[in-house]
Amino acid sequence: MADETANGISRRRLIGAAAGAGLAATVRLVPAEATPASMKAAIRNVVGEAPVKKGKIRIDVPVLVDNGNAVPLTVEVESPMQADNYVRAIHVFNELNPQPNVFSAHLGPRAGRARISTRFRLADTQTVVAIAEMNDGSFWQASADVVVTLQACLETL
Amino acid sequence: MARALINVPKTAKRGDVIEIKTLISHVMETGFRRNSAGVPYPRNIITDFKCTYNGEEIFRLDLFPAIAANPFITFSTIATDSGTIAFEWNGDNGFHETASATISVD
Repeated sequence: MADETANGISRRRLIGAAAGAGLAATVRLVPAEATPASMKAAIRNVVGEAPVKKGKIRIDVPVLVDNGNAVPLTVEVESPMQADNYVRAIHVFNELNPQPNVFSAHLGPRAGRARISTRFRLADTQTVVAIAEMNDGSFWQASADVVVTLQACLETL
Repeated sequence: MARALINVPKTAKRGDVIEIKTLISHVMETGFRRNSAGVPYPRNIITDFKCTYNGEEIFRLDLFPAIAANPFITFSTIATDSGTIAFEWNGDNGFHETASATISVD
């Protein structure tokens, strides 16, 4: 080919790649955005190689959120919370915020009830995942889908 | 100046599960926002919350930038003895705030 450069990249291909990169830059404002893959990595970081079963957790979060800057969230885990059977930790993750972690709560049998409420930020319409770590080392998981109209995290002032 | 609000029942029956609510004023700046010149605002968040009941830790929370401004945290504990329930928040730039409440259990 006549327009092939020394390192084998054609001019046309280079221009196409540059245009593609420009487009990607305008669509994705924040490069550090957490993808579902980074959420998976964050979850792996917590659970290690242990299997994660579905169930036992109830996530209470609005299905449709007007303002992603303060979204009420309640996570409750089914557990008798006795000395021999309790929830050791509750971790919450999100897919599309700049960081996949939301919070990690550490509790014990003295909690009496494994229920935690807080308010958190959502950058986009996405899935929220909660993982419960039991005292016997087992992990349980539940997820909830949230539609967000006003995004948090990414706005400029 | 940060200010904390806590809600702990004044009295409880021994063995009851009591709900504790805490709210603290804090910007929780994520570190991902930029000003009009494109310069990011440095991260300034509370990273750690701890609750002790008569000196024994009963609850701990790791916070991330995804927690909304003025972190609101609700959790529960079993009323075991009369005494003090103490709270501690720690964060970026040496942020440190404490609060406590007394509870009488019968």
